[in-house]
Amino acid sequence: MNELGSISPELLVASVMVASTPILLAGLGELVVEKAGVLNLGVEGLMIIGAVCGFAMSVITGSVLAGVLAALVGGALLGLVFAVLTQYLLSNQVATGLATTLFGLGLASLIGKPFIGVRPPEMPRLRVEFLSDLPFIGHVLFSHDPVLYLSLGMTLLIWYFLRHTKKGLILRAVGENHDAAHSIGYKVRQTRILAIMFGGAMAGLGGCYLSLVRVPQWTEGMTAGAGWIALALVVFSSWRPLRVLLGAWLFGGVTVLQLNLQAAGVGIGVAYLSVAPYVVTIIVLVLISANRSQRLLNAPACLGRSYYISS
Amino acid sequence: MSKADTHRTDAGRQFGPLLCLQELSKAYPGVQACDQISMSIDHSAIHALLGENGAGKSTLVKMIYGLVRPDSGSMSFNGSAFAPAQPRTARAAGVAMVFQHFSLFEALTVSENILLSLDDAQMAGIAERIRGVAESYHLLLEPGRMVGDLSAGERQRVEIVRCLMQNPKLLIMDEPTSVLTPQEVDSLFGTLRRLAGEGTSILYISHKLEEIRELCADATILRQGKVVDSCDPRECSAEQLAEMMVGTSIGRAGSKQKMRDRILLRVAGLSLENSAPFGVNLSDINFDLHAGEILGIAGIAGNGQDELQGALSGELPVSSGQCQLHGEDVITHSSSRRRKLGLLTAPEQRLGHAASPDMSLTENTLLSGTLRMKLAPRGIVDWKHTRRFATDIIEGFDVRTSGTQAAARSLSGGNLQKFLIGREILQKPEVLVVNQPTWGVDANAAAAVRRALIQLADAGSGILVISQDLDELLEISDRIAVLSAGRLSRSLPTSETSRTEIGLLMAESQDATS
Repeated sequence: MNELGSISPELLVASVMVASTPILLAGLGELVVEKAGVLNLGVEGLMIIGAVCGFAMSVITGSVLAGVLAALVGGALLGLVFAVLTQYLLSNQVATGLATTLFGLGLASLIGKPFIGVRPPEMPRLRVEFLSDLPFIGHVLFSHDPVLYLSLGMTLLIWYFLRHTKKGLILRAVGENHDAAHSIGYKVRQTRILAIMFGGAMAGLGGCYLSLVRVPQWTEGMTAGAGWIALALVVFSSWRPLRVLLGAWLFGGVTVLQLNLQAAGVGIGVAYLSVAPYVVTIIVLVLISANRSQRLLNAPACLGRSYYISS
Repeated sequence: MSKADTHRTDAGRQFGPLLCLQELSKAYPGVQACDQISMSIDHSAIHALLGENGAGKSTLVKMIYGLVRPDSGSMSFNGSAFAPAQPRTARAAGVAMVFQHFSLFEALTVSENILLSLDDAQMAGIAERIRGVAESYHLLLEPGRMVGDLSAGERQRVEIVRCLMQNPKLLIMDEPTSVLTPQEVDSLFGTLRRLAGEGTSILYISHKLEEIRELCADATILRQGKVVDSCDPRECSAEQLAEMMVGTSIGRAGSKQKMRDRILLRVAGLSLENSAPFGVNLSDINFDLHAGEILGIAGIAGNGQDELQGALSGELPVSSGQCQLHGEDVITHSSSRRRKLGLLTAPEQRLGHAASPDMSLTENTLLSGTLRMKLAPRGIVDWKHTRRFATDIIEGFDVRTSGTQAAARSLSGGNLQKFLIGREILQKPEVLVVNQPTWGVDANAAAAVRRALIQLADAGSGILVISQDLDELLEISDRIAVLSAGRLSRSLPTSETSRTEIGLLMAESQDATS
């Protein structure tokens, strides 16, 4: 039990929140894309483009803000490429998504070559008088960077947008039945392109959080499958934003915990510990989404189907 | 509501036509969908638009609703020029439309569905507005319910309330009664007459001639994209209207044969649980099908029709019950084994279920005929034999197509259906289960399909016809039972029953469950 005693619960919770932010951001973005009826398997590529754009720009300008903006724009632009291919040229969404991932990984390596081993400027952290000095709570809740708070705010915002606004309803309608949406007079293609670009920007933001805060440095292939986890989160969360948050925390939590356990030298094989976050997250999400018909009801009925005006 | 009331009474007093179309034309690659169509609709009129499938009715109303832009021609609405570039413009001018295939979103609530077609409304307070309009027209609607859980009649009420909330001057209804029970049709007609009385004009598209004769005072008849005639349908017989529509007279299905004794198919205690969203469970289905008999299963789609067909074909696993073909229980047999024994099915969905859209007719023949017609002896496809079989179907059932190599997708609905029914009939089934055999099929092809089914029954096969079209069942079947909310009623001999009796049976079981 000594080994476990060396893990500080305070640091653990704080780092869980940091570890879950990238997949939360990317997952929320993909959720909006899928709610509009588009399956974008390029999240991994979008994330790493965001990671490298954010890193490079903040090193060049010395401004973290410029870096974050570059990540948003980079992700949105690569998203736009995917959108044009799938929405205008009607290419297959699955194949195009996979290509986007491969393209993103390659392009990021190219852009990132000069930045290997460089230290980025540090992202400022929130400091509130008194609150940040509170024991435990201060460290856990009031001492993070703005992007982390933004990611939590986006969770609520996206939930509200989809559930309670007309624009959100239109987006869901487009994902549910694009022919009916068209016949009422909504612009299916335009809605989807905007959703894909938003998803790209969110994934880019998640990526740059990895390279600027979580790690923080640039290495090739540094997203290491985070994009795929984000994709899985969306499905297992039954397309609900708050469950994406839950899943992200769970995944982040087990990741951090197993790293701590490794460091503490617990007598479990490293391979088992490393695989634990994936296994635990999937098992838990499968269990909470066990009600199959409820899950299918939430799934956008037009997910992955190409839309074209037939007459 | 007050705004709506004033415009309705104002409109009632205006003179001249509400909508005037002048030489509207629209061509698609290979087809002239609309060819110089001129017509006008008066204020407060219920105007029928008649025509077969492909006559250009849908394209015409899509142009009025702003979904399709005409190639040439002009429209005027309420006295001023009218050229809507999108549905929003048409709605703003006062045109509302109820679509043939409901344009509703199943996974959204009634409120959300209605909100989507109101350009100015927001989420707050929508439920109260819906209740207000629904109550003032005696249309029962619960705004919070999921549309996927509603019956066809309720869905149509959603569409109608949605249109009424736009305060339309012109309401377009595309084949509105194809999925309604006779009682629901009556109440729909009541609503429409009241609307017309209040000054709303209605453009009513249908191919059900009796309904048009009952409801409409004017009719414009389209054939192959052209206006061929116009008349007052109350002064024409259904036969005259049909002749105007088709250009020739339509043959009726042949005479009915007497019921025979030998039981071919016995279904006992069949239950099925369907976990798909909006799927229906079947509970305790019992019926016998005799040799030479046509048993009609009436009822509105979405009450277990697809599940019943799936259970009989072997596509859906059942939870309990028996299905005996010649006394042998086949309920655990695979689809192919059932086919081999002579239990064939023709599903509702033509493209994607009954036929593979991009495969040729020959290849599609192979899909269902391999076993019974021995098209692939020892696993090797005999293409020559298969092509001959496809040719036999095309010739035997008057399928208009460029040949056996044509893709299934390229055939019109009616021709494809003749091909698909022909494909099963030529395999000489012991029992044939057909689901909605004439859904979306033009009148001539529908008559041909019905004739073919009757001939098959006369030759001694048993046929189960699942159909929403009550007139069709009354015409061809020997007995009729009603499937509602997954339960099958007792069957009534067709000669001793009436539309009203069956309609009541349909409505009763529906009320019992909702």
